[in-house]
Amino acid sequence: MPPPMLVLSEISKVFNRGTQDQKTALDNISLTVNQGDFVTIIGSNGAGKTTLLNIIAGTHNPDTGRITICGDDITRSPEHRMAAYMARVFQNPTTGTAGKMTIEENLCMAELRGCKRRLFRWGVTRHRRQQYQAILKTLDLGLEHRLGEKVGLLSGGQRQSLSLLMTTLIPPKLLILDEHTAALDPKTAAKVMALTDHMIQQNRLTTLMVTHNMHQALRYGNRMIMLHRGRIKLDVSGPEKEQLTVKDVVQKFELSLDDETLLSTHI
Amino acid sequence: MFLLDIIPIALEQGLAYALVALGIALTFRVLAFPDLTVDGSFPLGGAVCARLIVDGMDPALAVCAAVGAGFLAGCATGVLSTRFKINSLLAGILIMTILYSINLRIMGRANIPLLTVATLMTPLESLSVSRYIPVIGFFFIVAATCKLFLDLFLHSEYGLAFRATGDNEQMICSLGMNTDSATIMGLGISNALVALAGALIAQDQGFADVGMGIGLIVAGLASIIIGEAVIKPRTVFRLTLATIIGSILYRFIIALGMRMGLAPTDLKLATGLMVIFALIIPAIKGSKEGKVHLRGV
Ligand SMILES: Nc1ncnc2c1ncn2[C@@H]1O[C@H](COP(=O)(O)OP(=O)(O)O)[C@@H](O)[C@H]1O
Ligand SMILES: [Mg+2]
Repeated sequence: MPPPMLVLSEISKVFNRGTQDQKTALDNISLTVNQGDFVTIIGSNGAGKTTLLNIIAGTHNPDTGRITICGDDITRSPEHRMAAYMARVFQNPTTGTAGKMTIEENLCMAELRGCKRRLFRWGVTRHRRQQYQAILKTLDLGLEHRLGEKVGLLSGGQRQSLSLLMTTLIPPKLLILDEHTAALDPKTAAKVMALTDHMIQQNRLTTLMVTHNMHQALRYGNRMIMLHRGRIKLDVSGPEKEQLTVKDVVQKFELSLDDETLLSTHI
Repeated sequence: MFLLDIIPIALEQGLAYALVALGIALTFRVLAFPDLTVDGSFPLGGAVCARLIVDGMDPALAVCAAVGAGFLAGCATGVLSTRFKINSLLAGILIMTILYSINLRIMGRANIPLLTVATLMTPLESLSVSRYIPVIGFFFIVAATCKLFLDLFLHSEYGLAFRATGDNEQMICSLGMNTDSATIMGLGISNALVALAGALIAQDQGFADVGMGIGLIVAGLASIIIGEAVIKPRTVFRLTLATIIGSILYRFIIALGMRMGLAPTDLKLATGLMVIFALIIPAIKGSKEGKVHLRGV
């Protein structure tokens, strides 16, 4: 049997250790994600969701614990090395794309994710441009004729859709989404979420998706994890998850968590 | 005519110092890294080149050595700022200060005259035409070559990620670019260009001087600002073009000012005011767009 896609063993992360602002963001988290899993992650503000993703992506190093992807130990790998394994979409649409560069240049950089970038090879070749045009056509955002325009001119929804497309241009082993629809208006958010699901299904991507929206968390994916104060409080998958409703979760919450736990349940 | 004779001066100086402006555009504009090494790497280029020529080295080889020295100086600033997390402005100031001593050591004194030795300019000056024509032609070819080199570099696979390092470091890091090495590399290339300018200008003016770099960053920024006012830098190609045109215009304005009575000693005051003025216009207009985005400050 091949090793699981992602294994976190006993990961802890404390910020500002030894100061007044000491904050345990992750408290001894262990998690195994299998090939093809689509895991949604919920939890109140400050629960440690972003920190969890940052630690997997190498933005932060854990204080203790070990992370492996496909059996490779990546615990202390620098962030840029992680690109060979994973792709990310961030909450802020401006974080995932380079606004002063053109759509085709952004796509080209994404196509070379985790690859050697050559000094003596032209970036956006005619061949690549044609490919991008064909792919953008399938997105139906009207971007296929705007390849040479700066990304900064696009709307938030367009920019986030482009970020998504950029992650799947070369399908990653692991896709990481951090509240990537939170900054969009509800209608655009729904559109981008549908596109996300489509791309994940089409490419059979192993995915971790943090979301503020419990409906989203329940509707999409085959497994849901709830974080609270840096610990995993709930981990449901398969049929059990399918039967779960927002009401169930809220009830379960109130049973096991303190009052200050607030989960937004709006759509 | 009164204006006509400052045109060749402005062209010669503008094209020569365009290399400095290109180097500054690469750091300040493309990498969004406020690199202050320039004031030290320019005389470094002059010092290395002058010393080696006086010691009997072929001028072309001496220029290559100067370029290498400039590259290393830029890399030093880059390492301080990325690997050791020293504030980018401070890292530049530290290397610039250190270079002052190094330049004195290299030259053995504050000034090396080059008038009596053969330099790259000697064959140009021995032509039967007016000195300006071959010299301007020479600096035109050098500036155009460097511009072309930068244009190609910034459109290569590596160059795209290099530009993204200045535009959105987090994004390109998550796409697998080691942004620290890109920053070090960029500072190296920038200061190599600046040192090249130092080496060529020392030969052109007939001496290398330890103080020849003072105020160059501000002059370079003024050139870029003027150039961008004339040519909107929508693409890399236009940015490098605007930088060269700006450098020529800046030298023209300076020459004009001197002709009209500006004391040479007030030059840096005038240039500084020019840059301040250009920087505060967006603030006065209240537009967010004009705000310069800089990393690591
Ligand atoms: N870089 C940081 N420095 C200090 N504290 C941090 C940092 N990042 C996160 N934290 C703290 O860690 C906790 C978890 O944050 P985060 O992972 O961003 O939560 P979430 O994404 O679930 O809202 C919060 O209390 C936050 O203040
Ligand atoms: Mg978060």
